[in-house]
Amino acid sequence: MADESGVLVLGDVAAGDLSLTSLELLAAGRGLADSLGQELAIGVFGATLDQPSSQAISHGADKVYAVTHPLLADYQVDVQLVAMEALVKEANPSIVLVARTNQGRELAPRLAFRLGVGLAQDCLEVSVDASSGKLLANRPVYGGNAVAVVSCNYSPQVAAIRPKAYEPLEADASRQGQVVSFPVEIDASQVRCQVVETVKEEAEGIKLEDARVVVSGGRGLGGPEPFSALEDLAKQLGGAVGASRAAVDSGWVPSSYQVGLTGKTITPDLYITVAISGASQHMAGCSGAKVIVAINKDSEANILREARYAVVGDWEQVIPAFAEAVRELVQE
Amino acid sequence: MPIKIAVLAKQVIDPEMPMAAFRVDSESKKVDTPATIPPVVNGFDENAVEAALQIKDSQEATVTVISSGTEFALDVMKKPLSMGADELVLLQDQAFGNTIDSFVTAQLLAAAVRKLDGFDLVICGRQASDWDNAQVPLGVAEILGFSCISLGKKVEVKDGKVVVERITSDGYEVVEAPLPAVVTVSNELGQPRYPTLRGIMAATRKLPTIWTAADLDVETDQLQPRLSLLDLFVPERIQQCEIIEGEDAADAGRQLALKLREAKLI
Ligand SMILES: Cc1cc2nc3c(=O)[nH]c(=O)nc-3n(C[C@H](O)[C@H](O)[C@H](O)COP(=O)(O)OP(=O)(O)OC[C@H]3O[C@@H](n4cnc5c(N)ncnc54)[C@H](O)[C@@H]3O)c2cc1C
Ligand SMILES: Cc1cc2nc3c(=O)[nH]c(=O)nc-3n(C[C@H](O)[C@H](O)[C@H](O)COP(=O)(O)OP(=O)(O)OC[C@H]3O[C@@H](n4cnc5c(N)ncnc54)[C@H](O)[C@@H]3O)c2cc1C
Repeated sequence: MADESGVLVLGDVAAGDLSLTSLELLAAGRGLADSLGQELAIGVFGATLDQPSSQAISHGADKVYAVTHPLLADYQVDVQLVAMEALVKEANPSIVLVARTNQGRELAPRLAFRLGVGLAQDCLEVSVDASSGKLLANRPVYGGNAVAVVSCNYSPQVAAIRPKAYEPLEADASRQGQVVSFPVEIDASQVRCQVVETVKEEAEGIKLEDARVVVSGGRGLGGPEPFSALEDLAKQLGGAVGASRAAVDSGWVPSSYQVGLTGKTITPDLYITVAISGASQHMAGCSGAKVIVAINKDSEANILREARYAVVGDWEQVIPAFAEAVRELVQE
Repeated sequence: MPIKIAVLAKQVIDPEMPMAAFRVDSESKKVDTPATIPPVVNGFDENAVEAALQIKDSQEATVTVISSGTEFALDVMKKPLSMGADELVLLQDQAFGNTIDSFVTAQLLAAAVRKLDGFDLVICGRQASDWDNAQVPLGVAEILGFSCISLGKKVEVKDGKVVVERITSDGYEVVEAPLPAVVTVSNELGQPRYPTLRGIMAATRKLPTIWTAADLDVETDQLQPRLSLLDLFVPERIQQCEIIEGEDAADAGRQLALKLREAKLI
């Protein structure tokens, strides 16, 4: 392909609205498109797309491709890929952005391979190189111990962006944009993966990803029971409970609690870690927290290099007194 | 017919090595590891071996481990054999060095899978703990035209289909796909089995098959890296930690609550 131009965001729709991660992608894409002096387009996929299309325009898109097909009404990975590939060929962009969500983890690499190009995976920051006009992507590697800056040798340049790396732009209802309908051809025989059952294991209450306060427990808790004290504490603070992978691997809490590189990315105002050492792979999921607090008996633990406040001590002594004081303060 | 399974396993720098030992040489854009820290089989790839062996425990199956790299610590890469895998194939060439990316790695591994022929299932780790790309398996599936399911915590083969419990952000879903298929697995699959003494003895006697770039049928264009690495650096951490003191640990806990109140965080 030649004459590629512009930035194309591959969006997704959740319960009738353009998803939060798509809004984040539009913010990232707007910056790139402005640097290039080119257009920002978004593809939205489904059966009814009026609402997400206007949301996309008020959040920064110049153009919306409403990609429609009855088979796109419910997400199915193989069909979604066919639609995405067709759209990229139609729009012929220079840069494609995908969110590294649970679905994006499959879609972005498979799409890049289908297009025969590279993928800058799990990026925290994307920009345009002023001299070459090429995409520059910063991505954490080695579990977050290092950052690699990569560029793409082939076009289109595809990047997957880590959720919460960008803040959505303010909605501006006066923004103008164009909506283009793009019907795709999909053959039902392209469906290979079938979801036959869905099981929810998430904790009740506030979602971990959305909580303003998160209290997480690690291996040093020594068993599943102490998590009930953390649940109480989180409830007092109007927050949610998370965990390190060591606590998940020990079977103390379900994997939906895991914070980190291979777990959830959280950006609370307050993140309280209890008996967590602060391995880089854990920090990869919480480095966007505004204030980190550590409760750890080891004054040498890495978490003390990441925390704003810390108590060096045994959680068995610290937590009951802390929780009691929190209860009094919150009820005042 | 026995089920023919390939496991793709990568040799990596030990991700649990002390953080203080982690150094980047910005000149060569490489991670320097002290010689005292031996490499390991990527953790999720041990989960992949375990998933394959669980299938082999319940039905007739063969398990072939394939790895690509420039140099191997043979004792490390034989671990899957000592756990119970049947064969080890190493794609070893200096050409698989610094300028190769996930795209090229997937081309090489797919070529080896094609050459060995007849696989029903290719099981991989969800990501390599060095470059954390989580791309190679999905690429292998695309190149070979196999079905693809990622992030499995349980993998079974039934009636010509693979059935996978796939981790989602709030639990899991059961996904089925026709064979042949590529499946990636995560640590939620559970602790991989330990090698038995018999397994270790059997593994010492097994010699790996070694192929170089010339043994693999890959078009030249597909060996061109799709990405360039412009820089590699260790991010600076600037956080100043305030240690909250008290008369004892409990008192420090109370002081912490007051501190957070003062900072309007609670
Ligand atoms: C590829 C890869 C991906 C990974 N992804 C993730 C991920 O997404 N999330 C994640 O969390 N990890 C992840 N890990 C694992 C990570 O490297 C660490 O092994 C893990 O985070 C350690 O968990 P922990 O801090 O609970 O346990 P440990 O490292 O064992 O730390 C326990 C801490 O508890 C403290 N402690 C013990 N007893 C007490 C007590 N009585 N009172 C107070 N403190 C006490 C100790 O001082 C210690 O600091 C990943 C690893 C790899 C290789
Ligand atoms: C310019 C550049 C320079 C690089 N330099 C280096 C370097 O110096 N050293 C280095 O190691 N990497 C380097 N990389 C990354 C690297 O070459 C590939 O990305 C890597 O070999 C494949 O690993 P991954 O992290 O992409 O695997 P992922 O896609 O994260 O791996 C997922 C799974 O695929 C399978 N798998 C992946 N790789 C292999 C393999 N080699 N053999 C068998 N199975 C595998 C495993 O099952 C693994 O769990 C570089 C990348 C770029 C872009």
